[in-house]
Order: sequence, then C-alpha cells, then structure tokens
Amino acid sequence: MDKKYGVYICTGCGIGDVLDTEGLCGVPKEEGIGVKTHPFLCGKEGVELLKKDIADDGINTLIIAGCSRRVNFDVFNFAGCIVDRVNLREQVVWSHPRSEFPALTEEQKDDGEHFDRLQMLAEDYIKMGMAKVEKIDLPEPSMLETISKRILVIGGGITGISAAIDAAKAGYDVTIVEKEASLGGNAAKIRKQLPNEDPFESLIPPIIEAKIKEAEAYSGIEVKTNSIVARIAGQPGEFTVTLKKPGEATEFDVPYPLPDEMKVDENGKELDVEKLIEVYNEYNKGKKDILTLDPDGELFGAVILAAGWRPDKLEGKAFTHLGFGKLPDVVTNYQFEEIAAKGKITRPSDGNEAKSVVFIQSPGKGDDDSDFDYTGSVTSLVALKQAQYVREDYPEGKAYIFYQHMRTPGLQENFYKSIQQDEGIFLTKGDVISVAKNGDGLIVEADNTLLGEKIQVKADMVVLAAGMVPATVDDPVINLAYRQGPGFRDNAIFNEYADSNFICFPYETQRTGIYAAGCIRRSMTIEESIEDATGAALKAIQCIESVNRGVAVHPRSGDMTFPDFFFQRCTQCKRCTEECPFGALDDDEKGTPKPNPTRCRRCGTCMGACPERIIGFADYNIDSIGSMVKAIGVPSEDDYSEPPLRFLGLVCENDAYPALDIAGMNKLTYSADVRFIPVRCLGSVNVIWIKDALSQGMDGIFLLGCKHGDDYQCHFVKGSELADIRMKKIGEALTSLALEEERVAQFQVAIDEYDKIPEIVNTFVEMVEKLGPNPFKGF
Amino acid sequence: MTEDKAAPVSGSILVVGGGISGLTTCLEAAEVGYEVFLVEKNPYLGGRVAQLNQYFPKLCPPSCGLEINFRRIKDNRKIRVFTLGEVEKVDGTLGNYDVTIKLSPRYVNENCTCCGDCEAACETEISSDFNFGMNKIKGAYLPFEMAFPARYVISSQIIGTDDAERCKEACKYDAVDLDMEAKTINLKVGAIVWATGWEPYDAAKIDNLGFGKYQNIITNMMVERLASPNGPTKGQILRPSDSKQPESIAFVQCAGSRDENHLTYCSYICCMASLKHVTYIRERYPDAKIYIFYIDIRTPGYRYEKFYKKIKEDKNVFFIKGKVAEVNENPDSKNITVVAENAVTGEKIKQEVEMVVLATGMQPTTKDVKLPADLKYNEEGFIINDFEKGGMFAAGCANKPADVVSSNQNATGMALKAIQTLVRR
Repeated sequence: MDKKYGVYICTGCGIGDVLDTEGLCGVPKEEGIGVKTHPFLCGKEGVELLKKDIADDGINTLIIAGCSRRVNFDVFNFAGCIVDRVNLREQVVWSHPRSEFPALTEEQKDDGEHFDRLQMLAEDYIKMGMAKVEKIDLPEPSMLETISKRILVIGGGITGISAAIDAAKAGYDVTIVEKEASLGGNAAKIRKQLPNEDPFESLIPPIIEAKIKEAEAYSGIEVKTNSIVARIAGQPGEFTVTLKKPGEATEFDVPYPLPDEMKVDENGKELDVEKLIEVYNEYNKGKKDILTLDPDGELFGAVILAAGWRPDKLEGKAFTHLGFGKLPDVVTNYQFEEIAAKGKITRPSDGNEAKSVVFIQSPGKGDDDSDFDYTGSVTSLVALKQAQYVREDYPEGKAYIFYQHMRTPGLQENFYKSIQQDEGIFLTKGDVISVAKNGDGLIVEADNTLLGEKIQVKADMVVLAAGMVPATVDDPVINLAYRQGPGFRDNAIFNEYADSNFICFPYETQRTGIYAAGCIRRSMTIEESIEDATGAALKAIQCIESVNRGVAVHPRSGDMTFPDFFFQRCTQCKRCTEECPFGALDDDEKGTPKPNPTRCRRCGTCMGACPERIIGFADYNIDSIGSMVKAIGVPSEDDYSEPPLRFLGLVCENDAYPALDIAGMNKLTYSADVRFIPVRCLGSVNVIWIKDALSQGMDGIFLLGCKHGDDYQCHFVKGSELADIRMKKIGEALTSLALEEERVAQFQVAIDEYDKIPEIVNTFVEMVEKLGPNPFKGF
Repeated sequence: MTEDKAAPVSGSILVVGGGISGLTTCLEAAEVGYEVFLVEKNPYLGGRVAQLNQYFPKLCPPSCGLEINFRRIKDNRKIRVFTLGEVEKVDGTLGNYDVTIKLSPRYVNENCTCCGDCEAACETEISSDFNFGMNKIKGAYLPFEMAFPARYVISSQIIGTDDAERCKEACKYDAVDLDMEAKTINLKVGAIVWATGWEPYDAAKIDNLGFGKYQNIITNMMVERLASPNGPTKGQILRPSDSKQPESIAFVQCAGSRDENHLTYCSYICCMASLKHVTYIRERYPDAKIYIFYIDIRTPGYRYEKFYKKIKEDKNVFFIKGKVAEVNENPDSKNITVVAENAVTGEKIKQEVEMVVLATGMQPTTKDVKLPADLKYNEEGFIINDFEKGGMFAAGCANKPADVVSSNQNATGMALKAIQTLVRR
C-alpha cells in the first residue's frame, strides 16, 4: 500500500487549552507531513474534514491525536485506511494538570534550563504514532484452502448426544465417537433421573433413550461406537482425525512428549539435541511423527470433548472408618444405582432386601466438612434420589442421609423440599464416625447431628456419595498431535477437569477449536450437561465460521492478522513452539516451527519469545513497536542542564491500558516522564525493545500487565507470566552490563486498580531517579 | 470488525437485556455471523455484574471481562446496541417477530465526548441507584467510568430545571439536547432471547432482619459497591451509622431465600458471595471477627469447595449453622445483636456485632411485571424455556438463579437455540 500520511490533532476536551497546538503541529511538519487541527474532531464537521482528505487528497494513513482509542472507535473508522490513535486526552492532559506540570513562560523558553514536560510528552506520542503507522499494513485474512465444517464429538453420553443434536439442528454434520458398544454412557445406567423442569419436584424416567432416538433421526449425525481417538492432527477447519478401536495400537497413535526425567542422562545432565531426538523416537517407537498426516484420516472443523466421567472407586485406606472395601454392604452411590437399575434394592452380601439405607455425603474425619472428591451438587441430589428408591421399593423402608451441607442450589431446592415431605426419609447434618458390622446388618455412628449429639442408626446398607472423576484424569482423550503434548495443558489447576479458567468465557480452553462440555468440566446433573452441550456446540460452530472467514476467535475475535515468520533466519531454538499458550506451533525434526494459523489467537507470544525477531503481524511487529521506542526523545545534558529522565511503559492493551485511561478520567496524576506503548499482551514483549530503549539512554522500563499464577487474569493465559520470566532474565543481563537490574521491572495491575497506577508509576520513577541517569545516555 | 464473506445468515436475533448473559448471547451469535440487536433498559451495558467488585472464586474484576466484551461489540458490525430501551410489544410468530421498542431520552446525543463539563456545571445531586442510594451523584452523570456506551446521561429528574439549562450551556459540543423525546422503533427479527436478569430481593420485606430499620444492617450487593474502587466509599467498607471501620461483622445467609414467606428457592450465589465478602473484609481489616449464620454452605464443585476450605482456615471466621431469628440494635452504640439458634447444639446464640450483612437472594425481574410476549413463567416468575416451540428463549437468571459462569454457559447455548430457529425456517 502506498501510504499517504495525514496527522489530525483534536484540540477539544481541554487538549488545546493545555498544550501548545502549534508546537504539536511542528512535529509532523518537520517530517514534511500534512497536519490539521480541529476543535471537535469527532463531531460531524471534524469527521467530514477527515473524509474529505481521504477522498480528495488520497490520505490513507491517519494519525489521529485526541482521545483514547477506547472511545470513538466507530467514528474514526475508515475503510481501506490505516488509523492510529494518539492518546492526548486521557493519558496526557487529563492525567497531568498544569498546576503540577507548568507550561514555560516566555523567558524560560529555550533557556537550556527549563522544559515543558507535558508538551514533550504529547510531542513524543505524536512522533510515536507517526513512527508506528510507517511500519504497519492493513491485515488480510489467512484463508485455508479447504475447510471442513464437520464437528467431531468425543463421547456418546448425554452431553455428546445433546451437542450433536444441537449442532445438527443448526445445519452442521457431526460424528459422535463412543468408546463403548452403544450410545448412552452413564445416563443409560440409571433407574430414574432428577427432575429437569419446573416444578423440579419429582423424579422422572430417564430421557436418554429418547435422546438417542432423536439423534439417530438426523441424517447429518454419524455414530461410531467401539471407537476412540488415536490422534487429532492439524488445526481448526482442517483437523485430520484418526480413530481406532479401544486398546488397539496404530501407527497414528499420538506420540507423547518426553517426560522430564528422560530428557537427562544418568548424571542428570541435559541430553544434546541429537540424543534427545533419538530417545524421543525410541519412546514413541512405531508411531508416526505429529507432522505426518494420516492419509486415511477424516477431516473435521472443530471438536467437542464430552468424554464424561467414571465413578470414583474410593480405593485406598482413607475410608476404612466407613467400612468401605471391608463390609460388602457398604457401597458407592454408583454401585447403588446399578443395583437399583436392575430391580428392587437388595444387599450385595446376601441378596436380602435393603429396607434401611444410610447415605453418607461427607467422609467426616476431624473438622473436615468437605464432601468426597469430585462431587458437587449432583451428589447431594443423587442421595436424595436414591433415598427415594428405598421408599419406592419398600413402603416401610427407611433412608437416612447424613450430610455436612445439603447442596441443592437454585430451583433444585424444590426437589429437596419434596423429599423432606417423605416421613421415611431422615435428613440430618452429622459427622459420621464409623460404620461397623452389627449382626447381619450394619450400624452407623454419627456425632453433632441435628437429632442429638451422638446417634446410632441400624442399616442394611450404607451408600457413600463418591465423586464423578473426569475422563481427563486417566487419559488426555483428545490425543492432539501437537508438539506441546496430547492433552489440555495445566489441567492440574482445575483438579484435572478440562475446565476453563475464565468466569466470563467458560468455553475458552488453551486449545483453539476444542470445546469441553459436561462432566469433563465439573460434576453436573443431566439437565446441566444438556445445557452445557448446547454452548459447546455453539462455540464449535463459531470457530468453524471464524476459520471460514479467516479471522481469529476469542479474545481477538474478528482479528484478521496472523503471525508471519521469516524462516530464513530461524535458528530452530524452539522457543516459539514451547511458549505459545495455545500450542499453535509444531516444530519439525530440525526444530523449525510450523505455524497453524487457525490454532493461533494472535496474542504475539511467539513474537515476544523469538530471539531472532523473525515473527510479526501486519499491524503489530518488532519494527512497529521498536520504531515507536526509537521515536521517543531522550534529552541529554546537551539539551538541558538537568535533563528529565525518560521511562518506557509497555502496557497490556486489554487491562492495564484501560486502567490508565480510567486513571485519567479520574484526574489521577502520575509522572509525565513515562511514555506508554500498548501491547497485545505482555507475552508479546520482545526483549529487544527493552535493550534498544536502554541503549538509547532511557533510564527505566516497566511492563504493566495482568495478574499471573493459578488464578491468572491474562486473556492469553500465559502472557504476563512469560513476560515476568523474561524480565527476570533480562535483569541478569543488565547486571553484566553494570546496569542496575532494578531499571527493568514488571508490575501486575488489574483493570479496576486504576487508583493504584499513580503509586506504581511514581514509585518506580522515584526509585530510578535515585539510581541516577542511565550511564549509556548520550552514547 | 469482521469482513463477512460466508456468514450463513438468514434473519436476525433480538437480545433483550445487556447484562452479562445478554452480552454473551449477543456476542456469541454475532461472532457466528448473525445480525443481533441488543436492547438494554439502563443507559449502559453490563447489568448487575457492572456493580460487582470481584467475581468468586477468582477474585477478579468483572470490568475485565466487560471491557473485552465491549471491545468485541466495537469490532463487530453485526451488532446494534440500544440503551434506555424497553420492549413494548412483540407481534408475529417464530421466525418472524415484529417488535416494538420504546427508547427513553438520554438528553445527550452522539456529540458527547465525555469531557465532563456538564457534570461540573450541574448543581443538583440525585441519589445513585447504581450505588443503592448510598451516595449522591450529579444530575448529569456518566454511569461509571468504563460505561459502554461512553456517553453522559442527563437524569430526567433535572429536566425542566435551571440545572438542565446549565448543563446545556456548559457543553461545548452541543451534545446536551433537552428536547429529546422518547421514541419507538420497530424491529423485525427471527428469534428473541430474553436475558432480563434479576434484582436483589427487597430486604425490607424480611421483617425480622431489620433492614431499613437499623442503619448498620446492609445487603450483600451494598457490600459489593462499598468494596469497589469506584463505589461510594472508594473501596472502603465502613458501617453506615458512623463510617467506622467495623471490627465485627455478621453475615445472615438465606436472607429471604429458602423461605416460604419470601423466595422458596435457593438463590445459588449467596453462599459464595458471602465467602467472597469475607476476603474483602479480611484484606481491609486483618483482625475483624466474622460470623456466618447459615443453613447449609452451598459451595458445590471443586472450585467452590477449595475457596470455602481456604476461608475456613481463617481463625477469625466463625461458621454457625442456624437460621437468624431476630436482630436488635443497641441504640447507643448502634451495634446489632444477632439472635439465632445453633441447629446442632440447640444453644441460643446472641452475637453482638458492629455491622450485619444480609445475604439477600435474587429474584427475576419478571417476578411481578411480565414481559409483553407469549412466554411461560414458573410460580416465582422465572421464564420457562419451551424448546419444542422455539423462537423465544430465556437466558441466564431470567431462567433460573445461577452464578456468572453458569449464566454464561447458558447464554452461549441460547445463542445457538436462537440460530436454530433461524435455520429451521
């Protein structure tokens, strides 16, 4: 694109009152670039001025200096034009009152002693905007050659079937893969189902059969039973999937990354590259490399992971006080359901009728009032349901439920209340101390109950409310042919559930195009699973349609840019492959990365990781930000007797940048010697920008971004954490240059912590001021 | 903004309610490629979550997700947002609805730059609904700093006064339009998703819990505003009677919920909300004593259980299983004595504290006033979804009490239900 530049400075909202407009205009003028000012650029007349320049003068690259880019986004949007917004309002005049940052008097001008910090700030920002637009282009979408719109559903239980029906109803073809010989999963193994609609009072017959029939009626739904996923290769829009029989070994079984202990020799020394490849090949013998596509594989656009759960077997000694494993009539809720599904409830030990059954919700040891592992409200509800089985089978039957907290949230409270009406069901809080044999029956002892301190209940059977273990505890299930490994990363944070860390965006995982639903995410009732399946189906469809348009999915939905690699200079260091939060890159044997654009979320973490700086986006790259850094004026003693220090702040555009804006709106004040540059994610910050800034004489640099750790707030999962690691490393490098490592720092700030920004910024500035100027200044 | 080349579009979707559920349904459908109209009755989007300080269990600010969602709206030309809008009438049938929407005047037009001059000029102060009346704001106001759309509002309370004229004069951009009138618009849509949300149950209706009678009894939603950096106290949690930092606080769980006289159901969020409030208090007051009176602590699932476990480790947090029977105020100290019976020991407890928080429940906005459409409701006023019939669906807390994560799951699914309606035609 042949760029024709135009700089437009809005003098409204106090900008013209505070800043020397003529001085600002001098910046582009010096470069021979046209500049215009307007008192109300976002108004009708102002926009007309812009449109006229675009139409008449062929201006196609606009630098608009005025308010933040967070506002008037729709006003300053011109098709086919590059637009950059220079934030003179929120981050210059609103956050830096003249009372604190005085303008120069006539005498002070050019006296070599005084300077106008605010004017310098504004002029720098205009220079930075001009530098940036020179280095960016309009993005063009990255299109796949062919796109599969078929959806793969892993798991043929209630969640998988529901997801398939919902996708088929919207016109998408679906393949359900089920490891058992028939559809239905755990939902087919129950006697009755919890209420799933208003008034949520009584049990209903299982709905799974009807759902299976409904699915079978759709010609667009294909069912493959006795099948599991051997591997999913490729990327959204063109996943190549190999299926196999359970237990079968095929050459397209996914290779696994080497466990850490195999990456070192017997002395604990890291193996060299060749040796690593050798060990890796041996470890994955008989399996094709991840980059080899199965010629017989089937193509899919997106995947829904609905592999569900297995009953917790409660193995081990932890529950011996409950007689589990020792007394045959102490069973889990799952075992009890199996008995109930077959017919009348009878005791496993002798087949006699079980007319008195005790249900235990919490293991009840010491002060711990937790339920069993992998439980949830569903396990409370199941106890209520199963108590009713006892009453259905035996008019004189009695059920006792000992709980710490009866968890029947929302409208399910109605079911709890209806059970409370049954005189044969006794519900009480209580710490169960022991379950012991009592003649041919059992006796349960509990303390701190609502019925008295210590009580004993005789029972024919005892049922423990065991949890629902997600399939991902045992197996990655999705078997991705990704260099980073076959499963979702970081499931340990979620107790091995395939869950999302985002409350606002519950379907976002670290693997684009793969959406989890149902009990693989957390324990759910059938009703909740069906609802969750619908959401996952929407996300799968949305991903396919986004790929079809060549645009990114969440959180940069609609973004057409994608990372470009200049492979000639790649040194095969693999950092991009390893650091990508979404596993978008697969390196080959040599270590050269293979990009998978539709896996990419456009955060730029690869760009930040690359030591050779060969990765960039059309509108965001090493050069565009680097040029902004270079455009910052660093005054030296040649300019002023006591020049101001200069600071660079690289800020996350998602949270820290809005926080800076809000600080401005609240007229909170901070140093005017800092130049902020928004970045897509702190993960995209390349250390070269920091090195350049330091060698240019800047005195301190900080990153401002999201909280990391288990409750990370980074929209790109790992960006702020990776940046933190890089900054620590750069600190070491600084020390070797005899520069204080404190000159580079990273701060965490949440979007609502705008009130903390002045303190963060000013404390850093004061700290560096104490260190004194960068010794490299002026070189 | 998206460049649409192959969007499978056949008809558009109306989403009523711009809270987190409505936003989610709107965005998820639009990003598949459908045209979506979003109608919100307030002058801003975000609904209830915009009033929250943090989400449980991550303790992250809701404005973080809202900001991303607002950006998604900005970048998507398939979405049209109407604030200050309410649906007046729905005619037609599935696939072909004709909807009449009333748009109330904001008295500020698109010229507004958010410079704040009108606010500075306005002298009248009005009670802040956003902050549950805990402070006053100017008659010309920005709902909150991150409000979307970023545009001021002139309260109808000052229309016709000199103050309104002052605002108009102060505006350099001719953005204040005092002659703006309500208008109606008509939209033709194929499917409608009602994300009309919830409101806090009116605590004053719970006679024995003293809200409105004793100053130092507040609600859980008020705690959210007090704890918010942009709240009436700029994030300080102070008791109302004397702005003292409370040294002892009691939480009364199920204030209205699980109660035949008020809300018969469980409101789903209040247990986790109170545990979250414990973290707010602890962050500010390391030694404050906290008493939680509960029936059951409902923190189901690994994430919530983990959060509860962490709170239990705090030696100055006391959990008492027992429903609060009455509260009394000491007229001198303005302290409150909470009276309850310990359900386990049977012992009668009288605990004096400096402040009481009522964990009030959620009630659907459709409890009393029904929507002008052919919808079914349960006894409590939640909208019942009829998927067989299709065409119109309720999302989020319009459908049932739920936390944010479940609401968003539900709302994402409802986007697909709406799309299915359009495809089926």
